[in-house]
Amino acid sequence: MNPVKEYFNGVYLGVKTALIGMRVTFSHLFTPAVTIQYPTQKMKLPERARNRLYVNMDDCIGCDQCSMACPVDCITIETIKSTPEDNLGVTSTGQKKRLHVPVFDIDIAKCCYCGLCVPPCPTECIKMTDVYEFAEFDRHNLIYSFATMTPAEIETARVKAKKMEEEAAAKKAAAAKAAAEAKLKMAQAPAAQSATTSPVAAPQPQQSAPVQVGPLPVSAQPKADQPTAENPPADAGPKQE
Amino acid sequence: MEQFLTSLLGDTIWVHIIMGALPLVFILPYALVTIYLEMKIAAHMQDRLAYMRTGWHGTLQPFADILKLLQKEDTIPTAADKILFLLSPYIVFTGTYAAFAVLPFSKAYIGSDLNIGVFYIVAVSSLVVVGLLMAGWASNNKWSLFGALRSAAQIVSYEIPSAFAILAVIMITGTMSLNSISDFQSSGIQNWLIFGGPFPMGKKLLLFPFMLIMFVIYYVASMAEVNRTPFDIPEAESELVQGYNTEFSGMKFAMFYLSEYANLFVVSAIVTVLFFGGWASPFGTFMSGPGWDAFWFITKGMFFVCVNIWLRWTLPRLRVDQLMYVSWKVLTPFALFCVLAIGLIVVW
Ligand code: SF4
Ligand code: SF4
Repeated sequence: MNPVKEYFNGVYLGVKTALIGMRVTFSHLFTPAVTIQYPTQKMKLPERARNRLYVNMDDCIGCDQCSMACPVDCITIETIKSTPEDNLGVTSTGQKKRLHVPVFDIDIAKCCYCGLCVPPCPTECIKMTDVYEFAEFDRHNLIYSFATMTPAEIETARVKAKKMEEEAAAKKAAAAKAAAEAKLKMAQAPAAQSATTSPVAAPQPQQSAPVQVGPLPVSAQPKADQPTAENPPADAGPKQE
Repeated sequence: MEQFLTSLLGDTIWVHIIMGALPLVFILPYALVTIYLEMKIAAHMQDRLAYMRTGWHGTLQPFADILKLLQKEDTIPTAADKILFLLSPYIVFTGTYAAFAVLPFSKAYIGSDLNIGVFYIVAVSSLVVVGLLMAGWASNNKWSLFGALRSAAQIVSYEIPSAFAILAVIMITGTMSLNSISDFQSSGIQNWLIFGGPFPMGKKLLLFPFMLIMFVIYYVASMAEVNRTPFDIPEAESELVQGYNTEFSGMKFAMFYLSEYANLFVVSAIVTVLFFGGWASPFGTFMSGPGWDAFWFITKGMFFVCVNIWLRWTLPRLRVDQLMYVSWKVLTPFALFCVLAIGLIVVW
């Protein structure tokens, strides 16, 4: 383009584009504003928006799944075993509640709203709500306690649980004692027969070991079961087949 | 009006004081309205709402702004040149306010009907440059100084095309008094100078395109003279913090602010007088009279203020070299050519 033409073209374009710009802004002057007056007017939240957590304590069985799922460890749960005579009722999903939950704290200041705590809950009692305005002046106010038990209730539950535990421990001790006695008896019995059993019994301990793993968690049993390895092969044999 | 006041109060100093203070009575509410308008127009052009909380649709916000500025601590940098620093906002405002003296608000009210009115305006508005330079220099801040220098360079450059535009009008009307220029265009919209003035049809048609170009030139130049976007490089927030008024706060800043808006009205008023009939009613004798005159003058002035705001929120800021290019390589040659053409047409 020759310079003169370029010059006039530039001037023409300058004026033209300014006018186009003015037209655009003028048309926007009358388009409705997209802003909303926030505190009085609110946007509709999308379905499944993740905001503040809520725990329905009536349904919580204290299983600690949510706390374990949480990547930032902001859920603190403490539980107390209930005694058989306490009836804690059932959850809305029909599960029996076995644990008191004296502490259920969520530090919402740490929470990253990832929602990972929601799906593991077996009773669907921890969930995201649509509340998002919960600013506080003191960050300690952001630790939400959902537990519903009063201190007195917690104390009784503790005492009861302790008592139950003690009883259980006593039972266990008794059981252990009984088992030890049984073991002693057994040890005496096979000793007499050892001459006849030993050739067959020799490979038994290795094979029977995996079988023993199953019932292992059942408390106090392992000790009682242990001696069976040394039981006569007539018992152990058919079990493995 | 002066005669009326004299007959009322006698030939005392009060007459002059009232005459002198009247524009101030206009400027203050005008500034409040314009601040509000500016924010609202800006917001709506960007599909926002702007102030909504203070009063109905935020109408009380300008008052809140003023109140805030009044309460603000008035700081003076220790390294600043105190006297110049303190003086500069008032000089800027004086320069702006002095221009109001010759604005014909109505046929009956003009502060002083000087026979060199336009020339006087061109002269006193240069005082603003001095004030800005003082402000920038005295702040002892490099951004302020840059802003002030840019502002001076810009105003001086743009005074040339705007002077040519004024010259063209003076050639046609044969007078420099703003009142007479308005009077020249009275009796109907077809007589406004933008449409060729009160001449026979052929001459009007010949004049019309040149007057249109002159109007555009003057409007662009005046926008640059009041340092408004797209010519706000003296304030260029992104480069210079806030330009020459960076170091000012409280009332001194308010003075700058006020004079910016007052200046905006002055240039809009001059555009009105030079090209759009000043106080003259667009319907000839219908709706004319001292009160109506003031109404038309202020309405037309406000219209151009709004156009200025509209442009401000449309166009981005020019670069310094582009600014100089527009002034020296586009506006000035076009203005020269138009002055020549208009001169020939008028003589013919
Ligand atoms: S939403 Fe995420 S961070 Fe918050 S409590 Fe649940 S698992 Fe933890
Ligand atoms: S996963 Fe559900 S039931 Fe289990 S502790 Fe958490 S809230 Fe309670």
